[in-house]
Amino acid sequence: MRQSPASPATFDRAAQPAWSARLGALLRRSWSLVTLNRKVMLGSGIVGFFILVAIFGPLFVTQDPLKYTYDLVAPPSPAHLLGTNQGGQDVFSQLVVGTRSSLGWSFVAGLIVMAISVTIGLVSGYFGGFIDDVFSVITNVFLVIPSLPLAIVAVQYFNRSTFTVALVVALTNWPWGARVLRAQTLSMRSREFITAAKASGERTWRIIFFEIFPNQISIVAASFITTTIQVLLAVAGLEFLGFGDQATISWGIMLNSAYTGSALFQGAWWWFAPPGICIALLGSGLALLNFGIDEIADPRLRLKARRAPRGKAATA
Amino acid sequence: MTSTDLTISNQTDAPPGEPILAGAHLRKLFPIQGGNPLKPAQSVHAVEDATFALYPGRALALVGESGSGKTTVARMLARIYDPTSGVIRFQGQPVKLGGGRALREYRRHVQLIFQDPFASLNPVHDVRYHLTRPLLVYGHARNAREADAQALALLQRVNLMPAEQFLAKFPHQLSGGQRQRVAIARVLAVRPQVLLADEPVSMLDVSIRLDILNLLQRLKVEDHLALLFITHDIASARYFAEESVVMYAGQMVEGGPSDTIIQTPKHPYSQLLIAAAPDPARLDENGKRTDTLPARGEIPSLVQPPTGCRFHPRCPHAMPVCRERFPTRTDLGRGHWTHCFLYSDNAQTEPAPVAGG
Repeated sequence: MRQSPASPATFDRAAQPAWSARLGALLRRSWSLVTLNRKVMLGSGIVGFFILVAIFGPLFVTQDPLKYTYDLVAPPSPAHLLGTNQGGQDVFSQLVVGTRSSLGWSFVAGLIVMAISVTIGLVSGYFGGFIDDVFSVITNVFLVIPSLPLAIVAVQYFNRSTFTVALVVALTNWPWGARVLRAQTLSMRSREFITAAKASGERTWRIIFFEIFPNQISIVAASFITTTIQVLLAVAGLEFLGFGDQATISWGIMLNSAYTGSALFQGAWWWFAPPGICIALLGSGLALLNFGIDEIADPRLRLKARRAPRGKAATA
Repeated sequence: MTSTDLTISNQTDAPPGEPILAGAHLRKLFPIQGGNPLKPAQSVHAVEDATFALYPGRALALVGESGSGKTTVARMLARIYDPTSGVIRFQGQPVKLGGGRALREYRRHVQLIFQDPFASLNPVHDVRYHLTRPLLVYGHARNAREADAQALALLQRVNLMPAEQFLAKFPHQLSGGQRQRVAIARVLAVRPQVLLADEPVSMLDVSIRLDILNLLQRLKVEDHLALLFITHDIASARYFAEESVVMYAGQMVEGGPSDTIIQTPKHPYSQLLIAAAPDPARLDENGKRTDTLPARGEIPSLVQPPTGCRFHPRCPHAMPVCRERFPTRTDLGRGHWTHCFLYSDNAQTEPAPVAGG
């Protein structure tokens, strides 16, 4: 179907409005990427579910998650799907509303890390020399800053918000990705296809971001996901330890209040288990996604993977 | 001299018009970064005093073994390296060094085909990307649709058919010959006047080398391209190029019409190079060689190259003077020249007599 002669194909494309054709192609391409293999499918399913909950979940929550009621530590019932906590607050609505802050800040931190490490890594690797020296010194300084202790200090010093923790974790985590990317870029800039791109008239920024960068997508995406998991766990951990803002709702705060309210002692599993399960589930979803990234980024593996499931289906 | 040999008289026609691209006394040193700051800085003397000219519709072959500086010459002309000294002239105008807009304008006219088609295509981009980028960069196509149509035409020109199928392929799905055709199509997309082909067939399977050579030959004729053809295979130089230049260890030792150089090589190194090429006529009935190679050995270190003529340690005819200085150019007539003291006795360009020769 794809191998139809060019003239009708180009004619078709010309007849359609360009944007809808492009959108359709993009959707089809992303769908085929997502369904590459079972790990990616499961991972993107889990992560996609939590993203949907984070965006649209609060619309479906009828009870105010912070409202105190007289139903103290009530087990799950139709009125409270996941029961209530010590203050009579609805656990289910807290879980849904908390998804947004837990997930949102993790992604924001992941994006910050990605942006900094890609820029610093590619630029210093590509240009070398003085620029590389300066960036390498900066990278090495940030590399030795301990992440969690600094986050604890920062939270105490500035304000007890998830934002502070996410920012500190992001600012202390980019050097790893930057160093790996710098090394990769160093080895890649002298490859012949880069010289060929230069010789065919490409500008420097295009060479860095369109010739070298796509070859490193898997590293970049892996570092994005790893950072997202790290921030998710770091924020939850700090909040559990009591460094969170008690006026907000997040999975870490829920765990903290379950701990201080001795939920385990009371046997109130509906209070501490859901946020823990959510953290574990989201973490594994991201990790599963991480496994499949190589196959998404590398056209060679992509085609192999696309061929393989068909063979499996035939034999099974 | 009157022309007695038809093949030679064919080749000795005066080159048509002005050279489009010429190098004059090009020299390239690659500094070596040593760990010891007390030692004097060393460098690799890759190319010394290279002078040559390329004419539209004609090919010049640069022949020599690995490490003779052929690729460095091509990369200087492609402005990947800047020459240490010497002048490159494009259409008679000296080319200014430096990057930016002027460099891009220069590359609009002069393009390089790389030796290794397995390394010169980006594995993450498909054929469409490789071909449409130069079209868009150099303004030959204004939008994606024009670029697609022209990319199809380019694929057809390099005999990749059906072209529609090849547009969506990634480099790893192509064979070596197909990749080299894509690389050639990408170079043609710029619509250059000068093509520098850096051993374009050496990485390819023997069975498809001739196809690629014929393709380049056809493009040379159709587009009136000036071609610099770099090779270590003197036979393909004769097949492909009107003129040849033999290089040894960064020095140009002999040049002239390809047939003349192959039939009557004058420089001892050219003689060695031609003797080393397999030739069924020189085998006896047992398949053993009937002749012996005139000289053996390896190409010398270019960090501390031999003084004078760099071939003197291997040369069977070496004289004391060869060690002292590099011989000047001796014209042997009909465009044939060499740098060798063996022939400089009666040449006007070399007044100093060779003592004790």
